[in-house]
Parts: sequence; C-alpha cells; structure tokens
Amino acid sequence: MSPDVMAIQSADAAGRSWTEVLHEWVTTVDHKRLGVLYILYALFFLVIGGIEATIIRIQLMRPHNDFVSPQVFNRMFTMHGTTMIFFVAMPVLFGFANYLVPLMIGARDMAFPRLNAFSFWLTAFGGVLLYFSLLGGSGLYGAGNAPDVGWWAYAPLTSRAFSPGHSSDYWTIALLASGFGSIGTAINIIATIISMRCPGMKLSRMPLLAWLNLVMSGMVLLAITPLSAAQLMLLVDRYLGGHFFDTQAGGSASLWMHFFWIFGHPEVYILILPCFAFMSEIIPVFSRKPIFGYPVMVGASVCIAFVSMSVWAHHMFTVGMGSYANSFFTITTLAVGVPTGIKIFNWIGTIWGGKIDFKVPMLFSLGFLIQFLIAGLTGVMLGSAAFASQLSLSYFVVAHFHYVIVGGILFALFGAFYYWYPKITGRMLNESLGKLHFWLFLIGFHLTFDLMHIPGLLGMPRRIYTYEPGRGWETLNLLVTIGTFVQGIATLVFVANLVISYFKGAKAGNDPWDAWTLEWSTSSPPPAYNFASIPTVASRRPLWDLKHPEDPDSRYE
Amino acid sequence: MTNKHKTEWKAVAARVTGILVILTGVLLAAGMCTASPHDNSVPNIFKSESTPADWVLHLSAFVLSVTGFIFVIVFTLIVYCVVKFRRRKGDDGHEPPQVYGSNQMELAWTVIPILIVIVLFLATARVLHSVEDAPEPSTAVDITVIGHQYWWEYRYPKLGVVTANELHVPVSDPAHPTPTFLKLLSADTDHSFWVPQLAGKTDLIPNHPNEMWIDPHDAGLYIGQCAQYCGTQHAKMLLSVYVDNPEEFAAWVSAQRQPANQDEKEAAGRHVFETTACLNCHAVGGTNGTGRFGPDLTHLMSRHTLASGAAENTRENLRLWIENPDAIKPGSLMPAMKLSEADLDALVRYLQTLR
Repeated sequence: MSPDVMAIQSADAAGRSWTEVLHEWVTTVDHKRLGVLYILYALFFLVIGGIEATIIRIQLMRPHNDFVSPQVFNRMFTMHGTTMIFFVAMPVLFGFANYLVPLMIGARDMAFPRLNAFSFWLTAFGGVLLYFSLLGGSGLYGAGNAPDVGWWAYAPLTSRAFSPGHSSDYWTIALLASGFGSIGTAINIIATIISMRCPGMKLSRMPLLAWLNLVMSGMVLLAITPLSAAQLMLLVDRYLGGHFFDTQAGGSASLWMHFFWIFGHPEVYILILPCFAFMSEIIPVFSRKPIFGYPVMVGASVCIAFVSMSVWAHHMFTVGMGSYANSFFTITTLAVGVPTGIKIFNWIGTIWGGKIDFKVPMLFSLGFLIQFLIAGLTGVMLGSAAFASQLSLSYFVVAHFHYVIVGGILFALFGAFYYWYPKITGRMLNESLGKLHFWLFLIGFHLTFDLMHIPGLLGMPRRIYTYEPGRGWETLNLLVTIGTFVQGIATLVFVANLVISYFKGAKAGNDPWDAWTLEWSTSSPPPAYNFASIPTVASRRPLWDLKHPEDPDSRYE
Repeated sequence: MTNKHKTEWKAVAARVTGILVILTGVLLAAGMCTASPHDNSVPNIFKSESTPADWVLHLSAFVLSVTGFIFVIVFTLIVYCVVKFRRRKGDDGHEPPQVYGSNQMELAWTVIPILIVIVLFLATARVLHSVEDAPEPSTAVDITVIGHQYWWEYRYPKLGVVTANELHVPVSDPAHPTPTFLKLLSADTDHSFWVPQLAGKTDLIPNHPNEMWIDPHDAGLYIGQCAQYCGTQHAKMLLSVYVDNPEEFAAWVSAQRQPANQDEKEAAGRHVFETTACLNCHAVGGTNGTGRFGPDLTHLMSRHTLASGAAENTRENLRLWIENPDAIKPGSLMPAMKLSEADLDALVRYLQTLR
C-alpha cells in the first residue's frame, strides 16, 4: 500500500494502528475509497509503463543500438501497451467514475458496493498476475518470461508452437481477470445511474459526466465480452487441443483479429468517452458558461457508441479483406468523425462568448482540444483504407494513437486531476507547479509525437527493436527520445505536486472553482455517504440555481 | 489590449502553441521532401515509383489537403476564442451571458462534416477498387512470396526460379506493361510486404492467400521491410526489390535457372554441406540438400546480403553467420553449426562457389 493511501486515511482516523487502517482500506466498499484505490493503482502502473516506454525509446535512440536484446525489447512493447491500456487507462477512468458518478447524481454510494470492491480487486489481481509473468513465465520450457506477442497478441504467434512456456498464458489470464472486473464495474455504473439518481434528476438533467460514463459502461459490456470469449478460446487452443486460431491445424488467424478488434476499437472510445466527460465539466466551469447544446452532446455520445461498434476492421485494412469490406469499414470509420466533430465544435461553442479562466485544468483542456483535433484528422487519414495501406503498421500509426491516448486522454486526465483533487483531498494542487507541469509536458509531448509521424511516412514499421542507418530515421528518433525524457520530467513534477500539495496545499473549501454540479455542494473530501440529506435538483446546474436565485437554469428547462 | 502585463503570458501561451503546431506542419513537409527524387535508398510513401503507389499518393494528397483545411479552420477558431474570450484584468466579476446552444449552428456542423465524409469515402472507394480489383494481364510476371520467420522466399512458378530475400522484377514500360503480381503466403506467423515506393502493404497471413501487384516505372533498388510483427527478429526481415531492365531481368532469370555450380576443387566443402544438418533446412540444386525451412542456396553468391538483409554477403560475414548467427541476428532460427575450423573454412569456400 502506498504512503499516499496511508496518509489519506490517517487524516480521518488519527490514533489507529496502521494495521487497522490497512484493514479498513482493504475491506472498504465505499465508492470514494475504491475510486482512490483505482486511481493510485493506475498511477503506480503509469510509472511502470512509463519506464517501459523509456527503455523502448533509449533502444531506438540510434540505429543498431544494443541497449536491450530483441527479446527484451519485444517484451517491453508488449508490456507497455498491455499495461497502459488495461492497468492504467481503464482503472484510472473507472476510479474517477467510481468517485464522481454517485456524487454528481446525488447518491450515497454505488448500487452494488460489494461488487464494486470485488471488481477492483479482480482488476488489481490481473495487473499483479501480468507482472508475475516476469518471474513465473518461463514455465517448464524455459523459453521467455514476460509476454512478447504484442498487445494484440495476434494468432498464430500465441500458439504453443511460437509461444512456448507460460508467458502468453499470464497475458491471457491477467486480461481475463481484469476484464471480468471491468464488466462488474460497468454493470455497477449502469445500475447506479439508472436507479440511484436523486429526486428531480431526470436523465435529461444529468451531468454529461454521468451520461458519458453510462454510455461508456454500455460499451464495456459489449466490447469486453468478445475479448474474454477470445481469451477463453485461446486457452482452449493452447491446453485442450482446440484449433480456433491454430493455423497449422487449419485454424484462422484473421478470426482472432476480428475478435480482438471488435474489442480493441470500441476500447478506444471506452477510454475517450470519460475524457469527453471531464472536458464537458471543466470547459464550462472555466469559461463560465453552460455546456453548448447539451442534448446534441448526449446524442453525439450515444451515436459514437453505436457507430464505433462497426469500425473494428479498419485495423485490418492490410489483411486482405477485399475492396468491398475495406470500403464498408472506411465509411463507418469516417462516419465516427461526424459526432466527434460535433463535440469539438460544441466545446468551442461553450468557450465562445465566455470569460476564460486559465487555471491549470483549463490549460490541459485546451491542450486536449487542439491535440484531439489533430489526432482525429490523422484518424481520418488512417480511416481511408487506401491511404492506410501505406500508413498502417508504421510509426505514423504509433504517433496517431499516442496523440489520442497521450495528447487526448492523458491531457484530459491531468485536467481532471487538477480539477477534482481539491474535492478528493480537501487541498488545492499547487498552481505554479501545475503550470510548470503543463508546459513541460506540452513541449515533451509535441517533440515526441509530432516528429514520430515522419519516420512512418519514411517506411519505418512499428515494433522493430533496431533499424538500419541511412534511411532518414536517425535524427527524428533521437529527438523523439529526448521528448520522452521531457515528458518523464514533467510527470515527476506532477507526482511531486500530488505529494507536496497533499500536505502543504491551500485548503480547498467545498467549491473552489465556483462550479455548478452536486459534488461541489458537499464538503471536501466528502463525508462517508456523501450527503447528510439527499439533494433535490431542478436543473442541469443545481449549484447555479442556488447561486443565482434571480436567474435559475430551472426557469428555461 | 487594456493591460499588457496581465495578458502577456496568455498571448505567449497561445503563440507558443501556435508555433509548435505550425512547426509540426513544416517538419512534416520537410520530412516528406528529405529524399532526393531518384534516391531509392530512403523509402518514402511520397516518392511513388509504381502505379498502385501513385494512385494512393494522389488520394493521400487529396485527403491531406481536406484534413489540412479542416485543421486550419478549427485551429484558428480555437485560438481566436482563447485570445478573444479570455478573462481580462479589471473584469467586473459578472458571469457572461448564459447561452445554452443553437440548433442552426449545430445542424450546420453536423451536415458539413457528413458531406466531407461522403466525398472522402467515394475518393477512397475508387482507389481501393482500382488497386485491389485490377485484372491480371497475360504479360504479367507471377511470383509467390512466402513469409518465413524471419526471411522471404520467392518462387517464380512460370519461370522455374526459386530464390530468397532479394526480389528481382522487370521494369514495366507503360506501352508494354509487364506488371508483377505477387501471391502472398505465410509459412508460420503473420508478416506484411511493404516497399513504400512500389505499393501499399499487404499482409501475409497463414491459411489466407493474398495478392498484390506492382509495376515499377524505373530500374533500381527499392527497399522496405516486414511491417507486421512476426516474432523476435521482425526488425531484420528486410525487403530488397531489384527492378531490372528487360534484358537484365532475362539474364538474371536464365542465371537463376542454371543448376548449382559443381566445382570439384570444393568437394570437401560440399561434403560438409551434405553430411551435416545444413541440408535439413537448405536446398542446393544438384545436391541431396532439398530442405525448405531456410533460404535456397543454389545461387547464394548472386545475392548482395545475408540473413534477409541483416549483413552484407562477404566471406567474413558468411563464416560468422554459420559459426554464430546470433552475432548478426540474435533469435533467428539459423542454429550455430558448431563445425570444426577446417570444416567451416571448407564449407565457406564451397558456398562461395555457388554463383
């Protein structure tokens, strides 16, 4: 257990022994504590995944580098991808959802508190199991330890012939476990939002954060289940003599691809929708205006969920599906751009005519807006199947999806950290350190991921542990690596800010940002069970109504 | 600006972001232009030398200009908002007018993107159809490409040639087109054939034959490499495509069809080849070595590189490759042969006669 957790606890449980405190945290079913556990767990793995990224980048700093062996490099990119998606992005977003959804809909806890705890510990177990492969993966064959099959684990690379030992089994079972955890949490979020809203909070008055998490949870149910099914089929192949994906016995490699990507692409939206949610809460508050076009924002989110379920095979444009299938997945992929574009324009509409307060959460939100725009546009290029035949599987793709995940999701998350940290801890994050963090990270991010597009255009494929000199890739790769270190330093500033502000930060009070949603009506941190009396709301911005009795929102709804 | 001090950093912030993004664009453009037109040693998707790559290039120019235009519009809008609607010094503390939305605006930014999507889709579908559904002319050269961990096997069924790692194809003169049609198979895991100047990539998937075609306009060497992660040595599965003039190509084919050189002076080396594990994996025409797990060695010395482009084909490298493959390509499936010094020297001398 990290010192942070201990510290949070000791504040409200002075005089208890650390074993009692530990016991309380391990057995907790409180949505706020579970939220904090999810977030701390994800931060821990963020550091691990970051170290793996650094090893990858040091190796690629110059051609024919021998910092690590090819075997180690392949394990690093497999573990980096798996860790960042399943044990950083998913848990941290579930953590925020856990913490915020009940507070924002005026509920005292999640619908199923025990399921909530069970899901967290299952996910946590998955992460530990994945990393236990470093010790236990050799198995009887002594071949390899951590998984080295890439985070998509394409068949037939995962069959016994090509992946002896147990490293692929650790990958499979770890994801199976965390997948069941995700399904549990998704069911919980849906049940909570459907049945636990406070009086007056109709679906049409729900904060967008709750809406987006509802949509996201629905997608989790639809997307994680095929992945879990495929994992089970893979285990059947490996241990019970099945031939689903075993090409040497007539199985199908592309079947695995379909299973994986019908999870894998919705997964991107599972990650980005909660980030849209953060933006839809932060941008209005720091522009001092309500969200522009609330009903359209809700509609666009639901639309994204539906359309994104039919785009998976754009990851397979080079697999040889034929021109008709490729055309179909081109139009569905490009179509997702429409509701996504609506969202960007509506956020701009929210800023338009406002009075922008450039606090750190807003800086990260503006970074998100511009970077997500670029990520979307490179996504359009990749969505055009013919253009993608040149771009896919190259560093252009790596740059594109890091633009989504770092430039979009991580920037939105940083914004969310600065915005809700006062609510969670009762103290403000330091503003100057926050600005340093923002600018350093922005520079590092652009140095790394802007330049990373170019080697892809010059024919550099992804997942290579080394490359030949003289192809125009050297300087770019060196600069990309330097950018990684700048991002690393910026992340250390962020972690320092989290720790220092926890002890020394200014007291936050209930409502430091003069915001409008229900979580700011209770104390910081909120008491157990959140609200002494369940609130009643009459509009989308209950605190605006309270602060402006002369001109309440409820008058217009 | 009412107050320079207060607004200074905000303006700087906006500008720095702007500069960064513009810089990106410039660097992207610069990156596309680094290679000189006929320097094929640097692969580049914007220097197409073959019809499928040309078509994709035209499409990409169109897609890039549409997305570039969208970027400029939206980025300008965001910067304008950030500068114009910042909270100013001496703000009266009143909330700005509360606007909840506008149906007309929202309809506009739904319909316009839909139109753009339709246009981009039609442009893409046209190129997809032209590239993927092109009929094979009778003058085409057929080649079967088989991806192996971690090398390329090339078989010319009509010409009776089998070779590895270095592909030879004829130039295709637009007046008398002789395109090359590649049938893509895999012996083990997934691979992907990508020579950026000749065509977009197509994967080699076991149990799933694929096809692609190229018709290079100019003679020369074009390089690329395996693009789909296929295992430990995915990085050193390099692709070299030699585009030959018709006469050169005919000469190359007839040389490749010759049986292996039988130099009696090197009978000792040949004996080593025929009596050790070499022949389990390698074939040399005219010997009892007919293995197919590794590259065909009948004309080994006609190739410029060893180990799928990992090393130059020199005597030293050849010797090292047999003695300790991990020194060149760690994790490759070629085992260290553990021969005596004398046998190793004899074997290398023999292999060097396989021209």
